[in-house]
Amino acid sequence: MNNGARGGQRTLLSRVMIGVLSLLVLGGIVVAIATFEYGRSAARQSFDRLLVGGAQDIAESISIQDGAPRVDLPVSAFSLLSLAADDRIFYAVHEPDGSLLTGYDGFDLRDVAQQDVTQPAFFDGRMQGEPARFVTVARPFAERAYSGRIFVTVGQTLRARSALALDLTTRALMLTGAVGIVLILSAFLVIRSAMRPLEGLTNDLLHRDPYDLTPMPTGGPAEMAVMVQAMNRFMSRLDRQVGAMKNLISDTAHQLRTPVAAIRAQAELALEDDDANRSQRLQRMVHRTRSLGTLLDQMLSRALVIHRTENAAPTPVDLRDIALSVFESVEDNPDIAVQLSIDDVPVMVLADEISMGEAVKNMLANAMRHGVAPVVVGVSALEGGNEIWVQDAGAGPFEDVLATIGQRFERSAASKGDSAGLGLSIVRAVAEAFDGQMDMGRTAGGFRVTLRFPSVSQEADI
Amino acid sequence: MIALFNRCLGILLMCLLLCGAQVAAQEAKAQFLASGAAPASELTLRSTTDTAILRPALQAFVDLYPDIRLTYEQWGSNALYTASLAACRDGAPTVDAVFSSGVHQVVDLVNRACASPYTSVATAALPTARRWRDEVWGITKEAAVVIYNTDLVPLADAPRTRFDLLDLLRRKPLVYSGKIATYDIEASGLGYLFAFMDSQQATTFGGLLEGFARVDAVATCCSAEIISDVQSGRYLLAYNVLGSYLDDASYEHVGVIYPQDYTLFLSRAFMIPKTAANPQNAALLLDFLLSQKGQAILSNSNLVQRDSADETGLEESIQRYISINPTLLVAMDRQRRTLFEENWRTTFDRALQR
Repeated sequence: MNNGARGGQRTLLSRVMIGVLSLLVLGGIVVAIATFEYGRSAARQSFDRLLVGGAQDIAESISIQDGAPRVDLPVSAFSLLSLAADDRIFYAVHEPDGSLLTGYDGFDLRDVAQQDVTQPAFFDGRMQGEPARFVTVARPFAERAYSGRIFVTVGQTLRARSALALDLTTRALMLTGAVGIVLILSAFLVIRSAMRPLEGLTNDLLHRDPYDLTPMPTGGPAEMAVMVQAMNRFMSRLDRQVGAMKNLISDTAHQLRTPVAAIRAQAELALEDDDANRSQRLQRMVHRTRSLGTLLDQMLSRALVIHRTENAAPTPVDLRDIALSVFESVEDNPDIAVQLSIDDVPVMVLADEISMGEAVKNMLANAMRHGVAPVVVGVSALEGGNEIWVQDAGAGPFEDVLATIGQRFERSAASKGDSAGLGLSIVRAVAEAFDGQMDMGRTAGGFRVTLRFPSVSQEADI
Repeated sequence: MIALFNRCLGILLMCLLLCGAQVAAQEAKAQFLASGAAPASELTLRSTTDTAILRPALQAFVDLYPDIRLTYEQWGSNALYTASLAACRDGAPTVDAVFSSGVHQVVDLVNRACASPYTSVATAALPTARRWRDEVWGITKEAAVVIYNTDLVPLADAPRTRFDLLDLLRRKPLVYSGKIATYDIEASGLGYLFAFMDSQQATTFGGLLEGFARVDAVATCCSAEIISDVQSGRYLLAYNVLGSYLDDASYEHVGVIYPQDYTLFLSRAFMIPKTAANPQNAALLLDFLLSQKGQAILSNSNLVQRDSADETGLEESIQRYISINPTLLVAMDRQRRTLFEENWRTTFDRALQR
């Protein structure tokens, strides 16, 4: 990885490789110890056999002649022992009473004779200061003239054993080492190939423009796809919020400039005019100010709705509560009669209560402004989804108006100048935010604007 | 735990008594140094070889290393062995190098951890049969031959093999009675070694002993004496004589036979005792003797048999080297030696009684 370690942090590849290496080293140490033990025991076994062979060869050469044991020391025994080419040899033949028959002295038979020497007895010792291995075998005699066991002890220094053990260990270790190197190489290749998508992602991120919020490719292994998808979701939310903010700012700048300029003009005229005209000017100014207030309300309401739909997780909302609270806010309006149409069964959807309230408030405001009394706010649970709707008794707008309605700042001639044209766009934004849809159409009772959402069962949300 | 070997002293004493006047501890002493040199360093070599034979090689050595004063002591093989063993046991400073024809004795010294190891290119080049543990090295190549007096023994009688010799002893016991000589194995370490090797090589050895007994063969000592006695006609024929002691020029009446059934070859053993005072000088001498130049000089002194079949008529297959390895320890075994010598003695005693 070309952009591997930054700020003292190790790359994932190096971390995994270090892990694999330590495992291999640990395994190598275990194998080395095991191999050394194996080599030692193999060497010991094979050379112990030589020792026993030599000792038994000598024991076989003992004969009783004229009542006395005679050892016709066989050359073959020493040829056998000479297979350990560089090792010095000790041998001694003892009579049953422990006296030396032939061979080297200085060896105390008592230690061995106390044991039961029916089997060859091995023991470790030293030969002129050099570590050595010994074996004692016993040959029993039961002649008329001589009876008892004659002990043959043969010993040898350990050079050949050590050499063999070292040789076995070295060979095994070399093989293990070769296998280890192959393992390390393959581990490196495998891990690097597994890490390659990550490398691609890293490069993509490194070379990405900080303002580029487009989604990243979600290829690669499952674990990474999850991460990339989460990142993409985050980026798209950021993108939408940045977009919303841009809209808000540009809308505000664009929409507020004209009314504020109009109000200032009226105010300046009012200052210059005579008293008779001044009250008319002030009247217009009030109208303009009220209209500006509505515009601000709607713009903030829309910003609020967009902000909430992005940031507040949908919760189960009873549409009846929305309808009721909106109805209560306009109940005392003396100009237009508003009715409420709800059942006693909860009508649950997944949405945000505040956004929903803003949306329905705008629907109602539209109906009260443009429609014909009576205006009805209603909730109904249907097969295709749960609905909240506002209906008035009029015929609704003309067809050509209906086609453009709901866009931002699209004001019809009928809006009489005091509408900002944001109402239905808020409704549409809420519908989209919670998987719903907005419908407008004429029904038997008049013109109806409907918000429809997928229904949720009440039980599931408790 | 393997400590001292008291029995060896016993053998030595017995041997000294038996060998008596023939084997003095030290037979001769000589000093070598380069002419005009003022040597700063010492090297003492104790050997069984006659001074005269080794003189050219040793002189060449000190000429090459004028810093070294070489003291040469000539010993009998048994005395040399006993003295070396005693020095090894006591740990007392001793000679710097031992060069003995009693190869089995040197192998025994090495087996008793009395030698110090040394390796060099020259020692590593030796075949394994001529070195053991890098502590003992075979320097020479000398054949054990049959010699006869060319004036007194008709060519038809000259035995080409041991079987011919057996037949001859059977055919003409009266002619050869008292006229055949061989080593006294009790007096000479080399004689014992040759006899021991013979006993392993073939069953002819038993027959030979019988034959020797029949013709009242003489067991005596020392190659040089035997050869000059054959030259003079006191003996007609001698068995197992070291070919290296034969100088064609000085022994015109002596014929040499390399037995064609098999010929034993001896490699004198060189050892650096672990108590040597100047082991580095001993190593220099060893490397010199093994070098091309050293071997050429030894070859001129007859100590290294030339590998030419023309001269000896020897095929590779009938050359039997006395390998320097632990099997020679069998030759040193007390019981085995006792049995062997008993057998030998009874044969020769019977001959004497007759």
